[in-house]
Amino acid sequence: MPSFVPYLVHTLFPPTVRLPDILLIDFGLICAGIGVIVLLTKTRRWGWLWNDWLTTVDHKKIAILYLIAALVMLMRGGIDALMLRAQLALPTTHFMPASQYDEVFTTHGTIMVFFMGMPFIFALFNAVVPLMIGARDVAFPRLNAMSYWLFAFGAILFNISFVIGGSPNAGWTAYPPYTGLAFNPGPGENYYFLALIIAGMGTTMTGINFLVTTLKMRAPGMSLMKMPMFVWSTMVTSALILFAFPPLTVALAMSLFDRLFGSHFFTLARGGMPMMYVNLFWLFGHPEVYILIIPLFGVFSEVVATFSKKMLFGYPVMVASIVAIMFLAYGTWVHHFFTMGAGPAVNAFFGLSTMLIAIPTGVKIFNWIFTMWGGRIQTTTAMLYQMAFIPVFMVGGATGILLAVVPADYQLHNSYFLVAHFHNVLIGGTLFGLLSGLYYWWPKMFGMKLNETQGKWAFWLFLIGFWVTFLPQYLLGLKGMTRRMYTYPLGFGWHDLNVISTFGAFIMGAAFVVLVYNIVWSLLYGERDLTGDPWDGRTLEWSLPSPVPEYNFPRIPVVHDRDAWWAMKQKGQSLADLRPEDVHDVEMPKNSPIPFLLGASFFVLGFGMTFAWWPIAIIGFVGIILCLLFSGFDYNDHHHLKADAIRQTEATLGRLQG
Amino acid sequence: MFAQRLMESYRKLVLAALAVGAGLLSAGFSFGPKYVLLHPAGPVAKSELHVFVFALELMAIVAVVVLALFFYAIVRFRDTAGNRAPYTPNWHSHTLLEVSVWILPAILLLFIAIPTVKTTFSLAHLPKGKKPVVIDVTSLTWKWLFEYPKQHIATVNYAVIPANRPVLFELTADSPMNTFWVPQLGGMEYTMPNRVLPLWLEADKAGTYWGHSGQFSGVGFEKMFFNVKAVSQKSFQTWTAKTASAHPMTMAAYDRLLKQTTVGDSTYGNYPADTFPTLASGFSLTGSGMYMVQHDKKGISYLPMVGS
Repeated sequence: MPSFVPYLVHTLFPPTVRLPDILLIDFGLICAGIGVIVLLTKTRRWGWLWNDWLTTVDHKKIAILYLIAALVMLMRGGIDALMLRAQLALPTTHFMPASQYDEVFTTHGTIMVFFMGMPFIFALFNAVVPLMIGARDVAFPRLNAMSYWLFAFGAILFNISFVIGGSPNAGWTAYPPYTGLAFNPGPGENYYFLALIIAGMGTTMTGINFLVTTLKMRAPGMSLMKMPMFVWSTMVTSALILFAFPPLTVALAMSLFDRLFGSHFFTLARGGMPMMYVNLFWLFGHPEVYILIIPLFGVFSEVVATFSKKMLFGYPVMVASIVAIMFLAYGTWVHHFFTMGAGPAVNAFFGLSTMLIAIPTGVKIFNWIFTMWGGRIQTTTAMLYQMAFIPVFMVGGATGILLAVVPADYQLHNSYFLVAHFHNVLIGGTLFGLLSGLYYWWPKMFGMKLNETQGKWAFWLFLIGFWVTFLPQYLLGLKGMTRRMYTYPLGFGWHDLNVISTFGAFIMGAAFVVLVYNIVWSLLYGERDLTGDPWDGRTLEWSLPSPVPEYNFPRIPVVHDRDAWWAMKQKGQSLADLRPEDVHDVEMPKNSPIPFLLGASFFVLGFGMTFAWWPIAIIGFVGIILCLLFSGFDYNDHHHLKADAIRQTEATLGRLQG
Repeated sequence: MFAQRLMESYRKLVLAALAVGAGLLSAGFSFGPKYVLLHPAGPVAKSELHVFVFALELMAIVAVVVLALFFYAIVRFRDTAGNRAPYTPNWHSHTLLEVSVWILPAILLLFIAIPTVKTTFSLAHLPKGKKPVVIDVTSLTWKWLFEYPKQHIATVNYAVIPANRPVLFELTADSPMNTFWVPQLGGMEYTMPNRVLPLWLEADKAGTYWGHSGQFSGVGFEKMFFNVKAVSQKSFQTWTAKTASAHPMTMAAYDRLLKQTTVGDSTYGNYPADTFPTLASGFSLTGSGMYMVQHDKKGISYLPMVGS
């Protein structure tokens, strides 16, 4: 046996990844991998996988790729959550070792924020924004695919950590100096920093892409103040991404330098300043929470108007409020660490700025209620999530105000009150919004509806599970329980509430199972959407057939009104009013293997750097340079769809006159 | 109808939740003593609870208004056959409403903002006229070291303080960050390496108050409990005098504390001088605001924290 083999085994498979549950997962992953390979080979689907999916630049397909990744990550993050709650259900239990608990709360948080929430949001952006603004694709289709593959390979890099080398274990915020080599020698934190840097680059590019798309690609007549609210929220979110991610990347890179190259930015020794990391992290982190909620404000605005059969109330005010939130979001980051001794003037300033941001948020809540006022509310699953969101988010907002009250925060900081608060807004706001959007736009993405009865089961389980999980956690905060505790002694009176909370978490777990069943059942037997407009929608995506053909619009529409499609329907324009002479040749972006290869190269670079195996890192780096060079000089990046082909497609869809 | 039944059950559910919530609120402060945040034992914790409760009450007003509007809307404007509520599909603007949803919350928040700012500033100063006891706190992996610079004694994982006298905790870390928190005495503050942060607390009456770290710092973090025992001024003096004769902490003993372990309580009659930064930067409670950084031959140092 060569001498490097024991070294490899020890480095790649240390004892922390040889726990029985992880070995079982290893086995499952290997079996699943072999199964997929066999299936693809037997059905001769490799070409289909490569040509239709891995090299695609079509925003609609990229949306589906994002969605699959997000749902898989929702499952992983959810299982992590159930493991945490199982460990915490009873006092002084050892359901898993303390070191594994630390890894699981770290991966739970990181995955839910970066690898579930963000891609799910991008799935919705990709699925509908070009359709809503009457465009044939995003501004930079190949960049869009690059964004996806950077995200995907970042996610893979992060996720392999728990089977190869060991997971990060410093929480999703990764505060130094605990992330330094002195306390944290394994590769786990390297995985965290590199995966987030790689995925973060993809996110930044998505921000640029959708900012340009919403600004430059709108159909003629669609002025800014005629954009659907979801498009507004996309634009604002993109702008937030553009300025929020650089500080994160800087903070992560500096931490990585401390670990790999012996610098002392944030270390305990040699005058490192860990608090600077905290500043940089939250300079990103606070805009990030608005990145995670503003798109869903957009979803809710579309859903509430559609299912109340009514125009959105106070559209200009809604626009003003998210723009206000966009600016204020950069001015509140210190409220994440009032307890770091910034002094009363600084703390008071950031307490007040935080309260200020509640005003535009409150405005939106009122406007959604006024949108329902005088409408005809249809309680579809998408609308149920919207309606559940209002009281849930109001509680989350109110507890947010309480945390902005600086002296109260001195007591509540890092307690379970805080844990309950941010889950309150992230589940009640972000997750409910994502699921609302999923049920609403599923027919457009896949051509069939998700079964409503099953959907409502999942909804009620999610809602009840949510309250049962997190109301007790507010009370635990008042009982002085702090977050990230592996276990707790009996004498503090924390056990009863923890049992209830764990019970609620498993209700939400059941909800997820029903959701997956709902998706699988509907893919097999779901009601086909033949009209393209199953909800009697208001915006342009519903003027197209479901699923939408590659070129989206055979003829770019001209927009006169805010709810463009609703207005067209009011004027009696039908779905099938296309005249053959209106159809011309269309220039479409061409598939490219570069984005996939670029992502793979970043993965190789990241993996090499994680273990400080520099030859591997250099191979990845060379791959990146080659991909960029090749892509930069590749002028053969589009092709022409002939008018005849489009006419034929439209004719088979029954949308062509004559 | 299915949808109708769902709406009905949702309404009942939320009404029940509201009733429970109102019950909790009214029961609020008769919550048992395990609700440590609701049972403050000192002026700092009391003022923090006071502004928390005030903000909570104002938020409850908002909640009632929003929920009333919301439930009225979703019940009245359902899409059911024969619903006679007015249907106004194009009603999308009402100037008075649109202005008031900005103005009214702003006024309400002003009411919360005023006590927030006042309390924030008042907590940033030691109460006048009472001389504080100074305790230097160092968080270690995973234990707490308390050093009494005036009395030259040290304890691990517990501290003794006189009741009815402010205590100035000066906080630092020779470990990853933690937060120093004694819920019944008052809110927390971070312990950070290379920084010294001040936090003053006071106990109204004698008693033992538990504390814990609020910032994850490694596998032994959840064991970072400690007790603060408040005793009478006389007992405090007796205790310090008695403790002064205990074994001193050697540098070797300090180095042992630095190891990543959990330990029980211990008491030392003295401690090595350079285990706590004698000079530090940052915000202070003694009224002079920010501290100046001084450069000398040995490198960077800072003006002293406490003037006394």
